[in-house]
Amino acid sequence: MAVSALALCAASPALAQTPAGVLIVGQIAEPKSLDPAADTAVNDFRILVNLYDGLVRYKSGTLEVEPALAEGWEISEGGTVYTFTLKEGVQFHDGTPVDAEAVKFNFDRMLVEDHPYHDTGPFPLAFFFSAITQTEAVDARTVKFTLNEPYAPFLSNLAYPTGLIVSPAGVKAGGKDFGRSPVGTGPFKFKEWRSNEAVVLEKNPDYWDGAPELEALVFRPITDANTRVAEMLSGGIDMMVEVPPTALAQFRTQDFKLAEQAGPHVWFLILNMKDGPFADKLLRQAANYAINKKALCGDVLEGTAAVSNGPVAPAFSWAYDDSLEPYPYDPEKAKALIAQSGATDLSVTFYVTEGGSGMLDPIPMGTAIQADLKAVGFDVKIETFEWNTFLGKVNPGLEGQADMAEMAWMTNDPDTLPFLTLRTAAFPDQGGFNSGYYSNPEVDSLLEEARKETDQDKRGALYRKMAGIVHDDAPWVFVANWKQNAVTSAAVSHFTLQPSFLLELGKVTKA
Amino acid sequence: MTGYILRRLVSAIPVLLGITVIVFLIMAMIPGDPATAILGSYATPENVARINASLGLDKPLVQRYFIWLGHMLTGDFGRSYALNRPVLDEILDRFSATMVLAGTSFVLCAILGVLAGVVSAARQYGWADRAITFVVLIGISVPSFFLGMMMILIFAVRLKWLPVSGMYAIYGGGDLADLARHLAMPALALAAVATGVIARMARSAMLEVLRQDYIRTARAKGVSETRVVLRHALKAAMVSILPVLGLQAGFVLSGAVYIEMVFQWPGVGRMLVDAILKRDILLVQGGVVFVAACYVVFNIAVDVVQGLLDPRIKA
Repeated sequence: MAVSALALCAASPALAQTPAGVLIVGQIAEPKSLDPAADTAVNDFRILVNLYDGLVRYKSGTLEVEPALAEGWEISEGGTVYTFTLKEGVQFHDGTPVDAEAVKFNFDRMLVEDHPYHDTGPFPLAFFFSAITQTEAVDARTVKFTLNEPYAPFLSNLAYPTGLIVSPAGVKAGGKDFGRSPVGTGPFKFKEWRSNEAVVLEKNPDYWDGAPELEALVFRPITDANTRVAEMLSGGIDMMVEVPPTALAQFRTQDFKLAEQAGPHVWFLILNMKDGPFADKLLRQAANYAINKKALCGDVLEGTAAVSNGPVAPAFSWAYDDSLEPYPYDPEKAKALIAQSGATDLSVTFYVTEGGSGMLDPIPMGTAIQADLKAVGFDVKIETFEWNTFLGKVNPGLEGQADMAEMAWMTNDPDTLPFLTLRTAAFPDQGGFNSGYYSNPEVDSLLEEARKETDQDKRGALYRKMAGIVHDDAPWVFVANWKQNAVTSAAVSHFTLQPSFLLELGKVTKA
Repeated sequence: MTGYILRRLVSAIPVLLGITVIVFLIMAMIPGDPATAILGSYATPENVARINASLGLDKPLVQRYFIWLGHMLTGDFGRSYALNRPVLDEILDRFSATMVLAGTSFVLCAILGVLAGVVSAARQYGWADRAITFVVLIGISVPSFFLGMMMILIFAVRLKWLPVSGMYAIYGGGDLADLARHLAMPALALAAVATGVIARMARSAMLEVLRQDYIRTARAKGVSETRVVLRHALKAAMVSILPVLGLQAGFVLSGAVYIEMVFQWPGVGRMLVDAILKRDILLVQGGVVFVAACYVVFNIAVDVVQGLLDPRIKA
């Protein structure tokens, strides 16, 4: 039987390559849903941005906001009222118009508990828009949001997938299963979802921003990274995301194109400032000097990351301080700082995860960090946990359990990470993620101020100032900023990886 | 016989109830919860509580267990939060894929294993025996996932004879030939270890039977060797081979987890791994109970067949 099966395959020599005009993308997992209000994972977002548009979007190659379904907007004096004017004549894939009522439906569905379609949730990221107190359809093309207080990240939250606009008629027809029969306005329309095999989208010839050249997009969930690489090498898929660093070399040939893009990602070590050695600033700085970040990025991660200088990712170019030098690798300086501190107990418990969203290669990184710290005198004991267990240990705070923990964040606004992890009001017992208990009143007030400032240049200056202070206080060891990568076959053109880590494929062509 | 089967089925009930308790407790005790898995970085206590409440996880443990059990008895396995669809739909979809894979593998290893064992025994210490023993040793020693990866490298990446992964081609597939192309590597990789084990057991069982007096009698009466081996010896040896087949069916089913990961086969093993990582409680619980029930039924079936072959066993 096996022999006959082999004979059968040998009879049709080389397998057919992927069909012309169809782009097959190797994804990392089966999507949960294709309803933007219900999704939380980048894996799902990569499909969503091809099905839907938001009021605004990120300008290609940047994390700056530009118009999409809205042709423009006005922000009131004081920053609490946002009024958007919608483009004329845009329709959902089901032919219904994108008007102010449709936009209002989208936000009310997520935020208003007695909305008739609120039960099509849950909507885990609805808190992105929790500042909205009221959404009004002023006329067919004008929609007005009133916020409870000035909230500058509002625009970039609208550009994030949670802000993508769905068809109200589609939600009414699909109910709880709308996520499996999605209707949007994007460059591609939903065709079918074969569970655990593929999500198929076909081109929207009437797309308002220019119809795609591709006839169809297929997203295949291939959870195993080695299998994903093998599929790419064998020609079974045209594009893969999240190429494991160790596999990159295989794609540096003329048959493939390799894309890289730094994203809004920060990989760091949380240091416990409440008890243990890292309550002392000198020892926190010593740890920053002791760890060879260049070697981590270059050798362990094979160049798929760059050394980080602080809590703001370089992808937020308008808020990033490129004059802030990362802590250099200087074990002698680390030893001197340790001596200066007079500390005798240098034993450190280090929480490491086996893997998780944005965590890159956490075990080899953890081991290398352990060795670097040992070289200057720290006695580091690693404890390893599976990702969800790890979050359950780290999020409630490190006090009494560990001195150091790996962590990584990917965000859509420079506000998110420091606001949730570095403020005094973000201590774990107050519902935040400040698991190392960093507290600096100046940082607190800079972050509060930045979130209310709607002028981007002034906001950027506030984040740069904040990053400088945090860099010096060293509540974390700042390690890496991940460069996302993707591989396509040589036949694929006009593909750009976006710093948002979203996968926009509307302009892509395939020979 | 009917009475026997009924008795066995009734005695399976406490086993299955025990399994529901164990899997429920394990899922309740392991650290991490669905809300944290959903929210990742944004798992603030407030958000976690909101999501847990919407999933009904804020109720007391005992109450949750009985709600779950009660619903399951009426055929309602709940809704998977990570896949946003009914658990039973997902399990049945995935289980049929696993059955195609494990079933093919099982048939492969049963036929190849028994055949190899019989040939080995009939030609004890001959070159065929030596060759088979050697190949069997390799089959048993190489982990199936490694064998799977090697097969992918050779037959899919280098030679491009077979597709790397999946169950059907994305375009223009869906027929039996397409399925066979996708099935060939995973089924073989999965069958390898079990084939080896079955071959060894079949060989020793056959050797034992071939030494019996009645075989000598048969040979003395001038029955052809082929007939002696296949008709007289194999039938008697099957009584001891059959339980091994039953056990190996279980191993093939559990080994399917690795193979499904390597070949991205959309089966129940890969489903369970994904579900555990996402803390998709209802899907894990439902999936485990379903698979356990299949094991129990399969074991009963093996015992019944064994009873039919050997009337002494029926007790």
